[in-house]
Amino acid sequence: MAVASISRPRRTSFAGRPAWSLLVLAAAAVVAAPVVAVAVQAVTADDTTGLPRGLGSMVLTTIALLVSVALGTLVVGGGLAWLVTAYRFPLRGILSWLLVLPLAMPTYILGFVFLSTFDVGGPVHEWWREAFGADAWIPGVRNLPACALVMSLTLFPYVYLMARAALLEQSTSTYDAARTLGAGRVRTLLTVVLPLARPSLAAGLALVMMEVLTDFATVQYFGVKTVSVGVYLTWKGSYDFEAATQLSMLVLTFAVAVLAGERLMRGRSRYHQKGGRGQGMELQQLDGWRGWAATLVCLLALSAAFLLPVARLVGWAVAEALDDSSSLVDPRFGEYLGNSLTVALVAAAGCVSVALVLGHALRISGGRFQRAAAQVTTFGYAVPGAVVGIGVLLAFDWLDRVLEWVGTGGTGLLVTGSVAGVLYAYLVRFLAPAYQAVDASLAKVSPTMTLSALSLGASPRRVLTRVHLPLARSGVLVAVVMVVIDAVKELPVVLMIRPFGFTTISVWVYQLASENFWEKAALPALLIVAAAIVPVFLLFRQVRLVDPHRSPVD
Amino acid sequence: MTEPRFSLELEQVSKAYGDVLAVRELDLRAAPGELLTLIGPSGCGKSTTLRLVAGLEKPTSGSIRIAGEVVAGAAWQPPERRRVGLVFQDHALFPHLTVARNVAFGLHRWERAERHARVGEVLELVRMGPLADRYPHELSGGEQQRVALARALAPRPAVVLLDEPFSSLDETLRAKVRTDTVAVLRETGTTAIFVTHDQTEALSTGDRVVVMRDGVVEQADTPAAVFEAPATRFVASFMGDADFLPAHVHDGVLSSEIGVVSTVPGWRDDDVEVVLRPHEVALTPAQDGEAEVVAVEYHGAFVLHTVRLVSGRTLRSWQPHSVRHPIGTRVHVSVVGGVRPTLLRGDVAVTEVPAEPRPTR
Repeated sequence: MAVASISRPRRTSFAGRPAWSLLVLAAAAVVAAPVVAVAVQAVTADDTTGLPRGLGSMVLTTIALLVSVALGTLVVGGGLAWLVTAYRFPLRGILSWLLVLPLAMPTYILGFVFLSTFDVGGPVHEWWREAFGADAWIPGVRNLPACALVMSLTLFPYVYLMARAALLEQSTSTYDAARTLGAGRVRTLLTVVLPLARPSLAAGLALVMMEVLTDFATVQYFGVKTVSVGVYLTWKGSYDFEAATQLSMLVLTFAVAVLAGERLMRGRSRYHQKGGRGQGMELQQLDGWRGWAATLVCLLALSAAFLLPVARLVGWAVAEALDDSSSLVDPRFGEYLGNSLTVALVAAAGCVSVALVLGHALRISGGRFQRAAAQVTTFGYAVPGAVVGIGVLLAFDWLDRVLEWVGTGGTGLLVTGSVAGVLYAYLVRFLAPAYQAVDASLAKVSPTMTLSALSLGASPRRVLTRVHLPLARSGVLVAVVMVVIDAVKELPVVLMIRPFGFTTISVWVYQLASENFWEKAALPALLIVAAAIVPVFLLFRQVRLVDPHRSPVD
Repeated sequence: MTEPRFSLELEQVSKAYGDVLAVRELDLRAAPGELLTLIGPSGCGKSTTLRLVAGLEKPTSGSIRIAGEVVAGAAWQPPERRRVGLVFQDHALFPHLTVARNVAFGLHRWERAERHARVGEVLELVRMGPLADRYPHELSGGEQQRVALARALAPRPAVVLLDEPFSSLDETLRAKVRTDTVAVLRETGTTAIFVTHDQTEALSTGDRVVVMRDGVVEQADTPAAVFEAPATRFVASFMGDADFLPAHVHDGVLSSEIGVVSTVPGWRDDDVEVVLRPHEVALTPAQDGEAEVVAVEYHGAFVLHTVRLVSGRTLRSWQPHSVRHPIGTRVHVSVVGGVRPTLLRGDVAVTEVPAEPRPTR
């Protein structure tokens, strides 16, 4: 008989803790408010005359960019995952995790490094003209294909990670079975491994496309006008709420389509399949030049996406320092870094507190309803930045009107925007990673432990502070680090709703780069990249746990 | 305040999950100091009953009283305000606290000195005093179980619930830990409810065994009564092995396929079924035996023989380990002398002489 236990988490009832249930609902409402605001505003709008011209081409551009980045990341990420998982070649072990590093390179940073190198006036351009003459034809780089290439280079690790996890986990027993049934290596790949990896690939691609939808900074460098850019320009250009809202509704529709597509691709197959104890795919040795060719392919991707841009940034930073040593202590640098860190730390504290309360409340008083509400709080991560931005502004506008109606005279938040808006947007965007980290830690606290604490007379508050918090400490720490770094990196949301005169380090980098002050932008950019390596490492550590061929260097 | 008559009272308690009734109109009482064992197959409602008492579930109807105080029904008390101690199969010790701090967790409203004394007292009781400063992961399974018991007992709960407390321990350790636990509960006069799915454990542990099926109590009685006089067919077959034979009463004599089983004075004509446990069935090898040995299973001290009767029905019989009748042996089957087997009419045991002869069905 299955061990019966009163601790089974199933069928937990309301069991009468309305206060905690209410907290969960409140959190869900706060996080959902901006998205709901956008949807409501867009649906109730009187007319659509406010829409900017060129809407059709914007939509087409968005689709083209989404498709090309998806294909790019699929080829690069999927291909590298297969190479690293199925073959043994020199430096495979170390490369298999170095390939995650491009995630630490924000797209807008790689974007400006790329442009400074290949655009008119860059070293490649100069060299080309010297080699083929001043009038020689040269492919332009401020266009969609170049933009898609840059985005693919920074985003492929999402697909790489998911594909690799799928190949490692799913193939363990099924792969062996297919082989014993006489299928060859390639046939097994096509008929067993790939179909099984499909849900994971779909999930990776969905993440990639969400990032593409969220971006409206990088694409502007390249003159690619997506719907998200439309929202930003409409808002910043004319402060036309109506038009911006309707455009962001369009962005939201794209996001929903991407998620629906992922569901469709995933089909009825489950995400993870229990791996069993099989050895999985045996690594096939690549000898001689073939082995080194594989190494070269990995190194090429890594160099293009991470090593070379970092080297170029370091070069600029050093040159700048030698050229004018005062630039290192540019007073603005300290101020903007301070702004970034302050906002990031406050956002982290907020996100982690809410995440902890959510996780705790679900354990104290978890019902189907509360669980659904908690699920809602994690959707913010999938909502594109432009939508969050406009939504937060809308929500503040409503709040303002309510305050005016009450008679306090309003706060004037709408006109100037405020840091509170940025913090709110961060909460919406980053509650999901914080909640996941905290929840992963809390998941290790068995329900029996919570119940034991309660039956020993501890109030829910005491259970939170004396049992759940101490036991979730590592998750809380991870969550704080993730949110701080995500917040420091974040660009679109800040660009959109920062109050006048409030600049963070990421905004500064973006502005310097738009004005072609590459050297000046280098040091803060490097700082952002360095900080972003931390969550990549954390992410990698999680994935690494499932690698059966575990050894750092083969 | 007068001492309540019962530490725990469940009155007409029902619990429904959607359309499924997990517990229906359950009545259950535990007197102070009583050890109750709750047993039944999975899904019988025993776990739900424990969850209801602990306060993890609200009953759909009915009321629960702990030490005289209503905790569910007319009023509602959450788990932290019930005087209930819990011991789980996984022990659920707080991994970030030492043994002493685990035990002290439930005493946070006590005076410092009293708390200290109480922790020492209960740790002494379970013989864990010397390990007070250890962390749970530094303890063996048996030691963790003892700490869990001490922690549950420390705040002097009105009733302690033990949810399969021994099933995570290995076989050799289990009997010893069980004996120790029962001794501690007896010594402290604690009212306790064990949930188990192990029949042997149920028979050897409690003052009373409560057998549940499909959300209702089939029988609640002493271990001996449950085993020797099961109230229903289900109890007879769930609490130990049992075979059933159609039998007929005629003028106070109960006879079946294997001959006269026993006498039932005062009965007239009636059709019943007789419950025979393997230790009540005697075998005698005989050339003209009406039954044949069809299977022999060696169990160490005893050997289980299965015999097929003329009708095709089979009976099982325990024989001492020196007796091994080869398969195919013709045997004569009878009931061991002095045994008064349980009789069933339908699925329910017949406990009294029928008032008047029933017409045969």
